[in-house]
Amino acid sequence: MSKGARGSLLGIEHLDVKEITGLLQLARRMNPLKPHPLLKGKRVLLLFYEPSTRTRSSFEIAAKSMGAMTTLVLSSGSSIEKGESLLDTAYTLRAVGADVMVIRHPSAGAPLLMASHLDVPVINAGDGMHEHPSQALLDAYTILRHKKKLNGLQVAILGDIYHSRVARSAIHLLSKFGAHITLCGPPEFLPELATCLAPGLHITRTAEEAVRGVDVIMVLRVQKERLAGTKIRLQDYIARYQMTLARLKLAKRDAMVMHPGPIIRGLEITWEVADCPQSAIVEEVRNGVPVRMAILAKALGKAK
Amino acid sequence: MTSDKSKTGSLLIKGGNLIDPAAKIDAVMDLLLRDGHVAEVALPNKIRGGVDANFDARGLVVAPGFIDLHVHLREPGQSYKETIATGTAAAAAGGFTSVCCMPNTSPVVDSQEWVAWIQQPQRGAVVNVFPVAAATQASKGAVLTDFRGLQRAGAVAVSDDGKPILNETIMRETLRLAAEINLPVIQHAEDTRLTENCSMNESTTSFRLGLRGMTTAAEATVVDRDVQLAQQFTGARLHVAHLSTADALKAVRRGKRGKARVTCEITPHHFTLTDADIGEYNTYCKMNPPLRSAGDREALLVALADGTVDAIATDHAPHATHEKIIEFEKALFGIIGLETALGLAITRLHREHKIPLARIVELLTAGPARVVDLRGRGTLARGSYADVTIFDPKRRWTYEAAKSRSKSRNTPFDGWQLTGKVVATIVGGKIAHRAG
Ligand SMILES: [Zn+2]
Repeated sequence: MSKGARGSLLGIEHLDVKEITGLLQLARRMNPLKPHPLLKGKRVLLLFYEPSTRTRSSFEIAAKSMGAMTTLVLSSGSSIEKGESLLDTAYTLRAVGADVMVIRHPSAGAPLLMASHLDVPVINAGDGMHEHPSQALLDAYTILRHKKKLNGLQVAILGDIYHSRVARSAIHLLSKFGAHITLCGPPEFLPELATCLAPGLHITRTAEEAVRGVDVIMVLRVQKERLAGTKIRLQDYIARYQMTLARLKLAKRDAMVMHPGPIIRGLEITWEVADCPQSAIVEEVRNGVPVRMAILAKALGKAK
Repeated sequence: MTSDKSKTGSLLIKGGNLIDPAAKIDAVMDLLLRDGHVAEVALPNKIRGGVDANFDARGLVVAPGFIDLHVHLREPGQSYKETIATGTAAAAAGGFTSVCCMPNTSPVVDSQEWVAWIQQPQRGAVVNVFPVAAATQASKGAVLTDFRGLQRAGAVAVSDDGKPILNETIMRETLRLAAEINLPVIQHAEDTRLTENCSMNESTTSFRLGLRGMTTAAEATVVDRDVQLAQQFTGARLHVAHLSTADALKAVRRGKRGKARVTCEITPHHFTLTDADIGEYNTYCKMNPPLRSAGDREALLVALADGTVDAIATDHAPHATHEKIIEFEKALFGIIGLETALGLAITRLHREHKIPLARIVELLTAGPARVVDLRGRGTLARGSYADVTIFDPKRRWTYEAAKSRSKSRNTPFDGWQLTGKVVATIVGGKIAHRAG
């Protein structure tokens, strides 16, 4: 299978440091508040097979603030619901004139499948448990607004790593830049296999150990339905892994708390931590726009 | 099926290296076929008298016709994937003179009528087709089928392939009743309660790709239980289909040591590939059982060499493009395999792993013939059926999926350079395939 058209963003794993740095630098030059018709006349297709609030609106605003037209296609209420295959949908949307496709899909590898059959760039907006590259990029962007560099940074990632595309992309990205990453969660959410993602990953089952002395804490969403499928009781999970003020105190004084959203206050994170000055959760959402502007500009060859 | 009594005339296959493991022959011999049977096996130039045709087999291996215990011919009901005619044409091209077809068709082959239907001449089979019938009605795992009736109609074994018999009581009854009539029970060993939504082997590759992985235990626990059940009934015959894990091999070895009548088969893709070959979601590497780790593959190679394994079976599983070139998790399991089996066996087992040619021939002939009691097949002893496979063990060739005789193209081996090529496939004394 080919890797798709130039400008595609299918995952972080196969990008090199230079490509990532290029995107982050481009994002820094993007200003959503000062519209610039860089993508005037371009058609951005947003194809969402899963519900999404922040990723979808963020891509949409990013596209529009550069003068592009956007069309949103949702799996419900379209021919997808009638059983049309992903590739047939892709060919159809290409035929109506899409210049770039942004796809969110429950099946890992779906964006790659699409990209390898299309002549326009495909942007992965999250595929199953696989990757969520734009999230990892905006996380890196956010971290770099507070920390000088990623190299040598101590990062703790807590929660349901197994089911998380955000975690996979973040781990690939941060480790490429030399961050030291500790993963933390119960074995059901964090199998030993997770260390295969990148060299030098550490695993711990104790939240205190994970956050002690770190610069960045990334908390992942925990779905109650997924807990229900394990032997872990909700109360035990909260007791052992919830991000609390007491645990936050173990990290460096200027440690950042991040979360890809949507957050469930009272489960993986407390109210107090979500709203504390160290929390970058709202900033992450805000930074999603310039980062996705950069991704779209690069996809359409307008990255000057 | 070819009628056994037809007068096919005589054919003298001269000067080939005749490998017949059942008869313990591995020497240059001449082979005379007459009227659908082996008339004579003799040292070179000893066969006298006129013949209708000669075949110069110098430099080639002359073997009993290959037998594939596990193919999906997709009829009745799924002829868009394969038909008995196209599937057996692919079999002939791959050197197989007999194939056992699985009952997971639409409808499921669970009645004498369908077993008979498969064997009707109108189906256009060019090799012998031996149906495997469902063990339970519609393969639902609840009510057993009529084993005696199915056997009388021509079924050589029973199996709910693809839908393993998990219920212990049902499996015990299946083995007990099949034992009464000496019928093998073929189990696709997979605890499907542990593999829900899984599309590959649990491994670093599955974690990296974000795919749910099947554990090796999901296979091994079922094999282990079945072996124990088989030991409870005298005469019970358990055949483990497409075995793929080191742990399942341990259970088979335990059974064989304990004098249980347990046999097993291994596919060419499991001894050739590992789950890492899935790379970036290559659905042509999606099969069930899934490709496993390098460690499991190593264990399979050892078992193929040391005699633990009884047969190489392809699990030829044709699927249309729209069922394969889709999202990995949605793609159907399985690949076609009839035309690449010998090339992969010689390339991987013989050349790379030094398994003797005679052992490979055994795994393709006498071994599978024993598993399902195909009398007069799997050997070239005088009086046997004139099913012969002639191949060149040194010939290098490139497999081109686009030229497959199968209706489908779902193979990970497209473009592979292989060593070992079928030159002629003779079924009942008639040439069913001849390499160009
Ligand atoms: Zn099977």
